[in-house]
Amino acid sequence: MKRLSALNITALTLGFAFLYLPMVLLVIYSFNSSKLVTVWAGFSTQWYGSLLRDEAFLDAAWVTLQVAVISSTMATLLGTMAAYVLVNSGRFFGRTLFSGMIYAPLVMPEVITGLSLLLLFIGIGLDRGILTIVLAHTTFSMCYVSVVVSSRLVSFDRSLEEAALDLGCNRFDAFRLVTLPIIAPAVIAGWLLAFTLSLDDLVIASFVSGPSSTTLPIKIWSAVRLGVTPEINALSTLMIGIVTVGVITASIISKRSAIAAQRDAQTAERAE
Amino acid sequence: MVPSLSILDRKEKCTVSSPVFAPWDDPNEKPLIRFENVSKRFGSFIAIDDLTINIYAQEFFALLGPSGCGKTTMMRMLAGFESVTEGRILLSGKDIAAVPPNQRAVNMMFQSYALFPHLSIWDNIAFGLRRDKMPKDKIDARVAEMLKLTRLEEFARRKPHQISGGQRQRVALARSLAKAPKLLLLDEPLGALDKKLRQDTQFELMDIQESTGTTFVIVTHDQEEAMTVASRVAVMDEGRIIQVASPANIYETPNSVYVADFIGDVNIISGTAKPAGKDRYFVDWVPNQAPIVAVSETGFSDGQKCHLAIRPEKISITKDKPEDVENAVEGKVLDIAYLGNLSTYHVELPGGQIIKAQTANTRRISNRGITWEDPVWIRWNATAGVLLEQ
Repeated sequence: MKRLSALNITALTLGFAFLYLPMVLLVIYSFNSSKLVTVWAGFSTQWYGSLLRDEAFLDAAWVTLQVAVISSTMATLLGTMAAYVLVNSGRFFGRTLFSGMIYAPLVMPEVITGLSLLLLFIGIGLDRGILTIVLAHTTFSMCYVSVVVSSRLVSFDRSLEEAALDLGCNRFDAFRLVTLPIIAPAVIAGWLLAFTLSLDDLVIASFVSGPSSTTLPIKIWSAVRLGVTPEINALSTLMIGIVTVGVITASIISKRSAIAAQRDAQTAERAE
Repeated sequence: MVPSLSILDRKEKCTVSSPVFAPWDDPNEKPLIRFENVSKRFGSFIAIDDLTINIYAQEFFALLGPSGCGKTTMMRMLAGFESVTEGRILLSGKDIAAVPPNQRAVNMMFQSYALFPHLSIWDNIAFGLRRDKMPKDKIDARVAEMLKLTRLEEFARRKPHQISGGQRQRVALARSLAKAPKLLLLDEPLGALDKKLRQDTQFELMDIQESTGTTFVIVTHDQEEAMTVASRVAVMDEGRIIQVASPANIYETPNSVYVADFIGDVNIISGTAKPAGKDRYFVDWVPNQAPIVAVSETGFSDGQKCHLAIRPEKISITKDKPEDVENAVEGKVLDIAYLGNLSTYHVELPGGQIIKAQTANTRRISNRGITWEDPVWIRWNATAGVLLEQ
């Protein structure tokens, strides 16, 4: 281990303080026993208890969870399919246009994505509710999935799939039995990414949600406008926890698969 | 990794009981594979150019050529990964154009081996059998047989990354042979192995080909490998087959300078031919030198341009002027390459041409007497070389 110099330690402290001080404060105040958010009055977990008794928050949490699970699953399906086609099909008519359009939502302002989806849903007469949020979240998170999965597919040895075909698989079986198990870590990482994106989306959800389908971020946003309560702190702490677990899991999975790939490459080199 | 003795057994068997294996000389023999005027184009690039060839059952057929000559394309067309632009490919007399790769009685061993990294060696070998919905006990028996054939029994439970390159090569072979295909395609099967292991594995391949009776088509750019394993070699260049013949015929009677040059080492002396009796020709190669005498079954007209191809080992080198020989030329030693078992002398002739002459070092550390800058004589018989038109 290299020892850090004083300058490095200072820079590191400042940087991380800038990033995490607000969140640390939030977590600390979620354990405050006082009803006043900014006054510390001793440790307590009462706000977590009162949060669990709050029907409105629980409903919102349930809606959010449903939306996140369904939309990330759909985004993973669609994103993986898109990545597969883009990486494997070589040149086909409109490929450049297609790949450009897949990645465009990554840089599109969320307000515009939300607004255009809202116009679409009104146009086709779809009542705003859980379904519309699911569709909207699928739309913007599938491009993230497709980025993650296609970066894995680029280094995927195509002769593996040809070998599967050669040994009697049809195209679908070759994908299911060979390609998918090998790229699975990337697909799972993509799913987790889509899940966390859906979990903390406020802008798009606020465009396309209906009165019966308030997600947690919307709930928090509207509650905060009436004043920050300790329950909000507790809820936010829980959300930070969930997102952190998701992100760490995703990075561990992709790191492990990178190590496995590296190990394969090394043994292959040794063999030569 | 010791090549088994059955190679020697086979050679004996061949000479004692069965006639020489040469179905291509038998007009009644039906080919297993027939390429009929096959062309393959990628856009404007011609990968295969109007190619016709027969490959017979139980042959060990080598496609040999530099990279980009179309040999891999031919193999991929056989496996079904590439379509045919023009012409037909017949397998046992049936056009296979419409048959997808997973329904062809053809299996392929990939250059990268393409072992499934998430499956054990056992599951890799069983993969194709499971796709055929074979009953479980039969799969077990077949996989065990394949593991035994390739001496991999103790590695059955390991993953591909836990075994060595040579073992992986054998897994790939076992997996492609497990379904008992009519035809096995091998794409540079030994390319990733080091030289020693490659030589041992060549004999193993020949053994396995012999014991399973499968027809093998091997693609390689390594001429030594092709010569060692194959019953016939097709030398390819730019989408065409230049010559198809047994390894000995390819080496001793190449049909062109390209083939002569591609297989082994060769000296090419260009000149003009002058008939000198039955099948004999004088070749004028530089002014003010006696013409070279050569024997050729192909006819040459007076003054026709020709190329004499002579292998270095057929030229001998001496310090004194040899008597009573058909061809002898004086020159100067430019370079000596000592290879252990052989020494190759580079001799500069009048007119500047450099000829390689090879001698076997049959004695240890003997004083060979010839060194750099020495004036020497090289000589060869009229039948030592092949006279080629192009």
